[in-house]
Amino acid sequence: MAYSDKVLDHYNNPRNVGSLDKKDPSVGTGMVGAPECGDVMKLQVKVNPETGIIEDAKFKTFGCGSAIASSSLATEWLKGKNVDEALAIKNTDIVNELALPPVKIHCSVLAEDAIKAAIHDYKVKAGLAEAEEAVHA
Amino acid sequence: MQTPIYLDNHSTTPMDPRVLEAMLPFFGARFGNAASRNHSFGWEAEEAVEKARTQCAEIIGANKKEIVFTSGATESNNLALKGVAEMYAERGNHIITAATEHKAILDACKRLEKQGCKVTYLPVKPDGLVDLDMLREAITDKTILVSVMYANNEIGVIQPMKEIGAICKERGVLLHTDATQAVGKIPVNVLADNIDLLSFTGHKIYGPKGCGVLYVRRKSPRVQLTAQMDGGGHERGMRSGTLNVPGIVGLGEACALCAKEMAGEAERLGALRDRLKDRIFAELDEVYINGTMEHRLPHNLNISFAYVEGESLLMGINDIAVSSGSACTSATLEPSYVLKALGAGDDLAHSSIRFGLGRFTTPEEVDYAAEKIIQVVLKLRELSPLYELVKEGVDLNTIQWAAH
Repeated sequence: MAYSDKVLDHYNNPRNVGSLDKKDPSVGTGMVGAPECGDVMKLQVKVNPETGIIEDAKFKTFGCGSAIASSSLATEWLKGKNVDEALAIKNTDIVNELALPPVKIHCSVLAEDAIKAAIHDYKVKAGLAEAEEAVHA
Repeated sequence: MQTPIYLDNHSTTPMDPRVLEAMLPFFGARFGNAASRNHSFGWEAEEAVEKARTQCAEIIGANKKEIVFTSGATESNNLALKGVAEMYAERGNHIITAATEHKAILDACKRLEKQGCKVTYLPVKPDGLVDLDMLREAITDKTILVSVMYANNEIGVIQPMKEIGAICKERGVLLHTDATQAVGKIPVNVLADNIDLLSFTGHKIYGPKGCGVLYVRRKSPRVQLTAQMDGGGHERGMRSGTLNVPGIVGLGEACALCAKEMAGEAERLGALRDRLKDRIFAELDEVYINGTMEHRLPHNLNISFAYVEGESLLMGINDIAVSSGSACTSATLEPSYVLKALGAGDDLAHSSIRFGLGRFTTPEEVDYAAEKIIQVVLKLRELSPLYELVKEGVDLNTIQWAAH
């Protein structure tokens, strides 16, 4: 299978790899996927409680090149957005940006789920949402 | 050293230049039909085919009259299973095979099931080998055929054919083996192992694609098959169709070369394979070998690199040609059924890489591959949330994953 240049770029130079302190109240963590399915994404956002702006985003992904690229791209897009703008990111945006083939669309879905899970985790910590609303991948 | 490096010799092998040389005249002046009995063009082709038939017979300890030329191992497997099922239908309708067989066996069995056959798919032990007691217990008075592959195409494990052959002989059941990965690589002898039918193909032994063999035993017992294709009655009536003379000549030459060079080649490749394994194990933790190392083809290595997904690993080592059991690399989006049959768990199947060394593999290539793989696995583990969790002391089995 041929990969798009953008997927290759994110795979070779992944942006924002790493972890934030998940105990920090301003950090939201989302982990979606399952090892037996072949992909797990962990995505974290650090939100400024005053402004609601995402100041930092980090990811780690176990998965194929397209899954790595999708989550790397997601962290790039998240930085500087406010929480509501972040929730508006759709998997189709990721598909278009990375030119993912149909068999790799689930990677973009997983990235969208990871964003939603991370934001939700932040909101719960900040008292802005109920825990039982947890987003499931 | 040139890249890309080819370490996917279970998939196919490059042609040996000596094989190509033997074939070339038969694409040119010596174009005759081996079935033309009344002129020199035909005689010449027939003579070449008969020489190749002897070469193919010798490498498996058979008589040349027991060699049926086909288009490859898939056809040989289909002919063996369907031909026996049809011919021996009055005697019984039960076939025994193993869960880790090639699709050419499994899918042929599935079709036979639709036509009324009963098929037992023996599970394998965690080391990849068939449990002989389970085989004994599975044989009934309706069993007509056991089909167990000689050596596995993914994990390279070598089944105990001699013991399987003895059980089948004792119970009066025919034994077929898909020996595609074994012939030419390790000694195979149909008489010593009591094998009644055996499949192999040219392109796995540095010969041409599109040409294979089905060995069909002629004595004690005389095995009969119902032909699956109608036509001129070639190959003792078992496989009609004008013989692929250049392919057969190449296949014969490939067998002759393997027979001559197998012992030295196995030793050389076994040492290179162990060097690859040792380098990887020296530098990386949490790597697992799939299948037994004790009963294994010398040129095979199948490793799971835990917490790293196979396709992303292949992407990082894109100048090394290998294959992965990861779902992402297969058309079906399912991880390797062979690795699943070992009970390793889907996560390890997704993380597996198969290395197949070959006649033209050099030590430099092996060293380059080892270094590259180590480097990419380390990089991907930096990226892996699973590796991070494990390093934090979390047991991944305690996490409730949201399967998707």
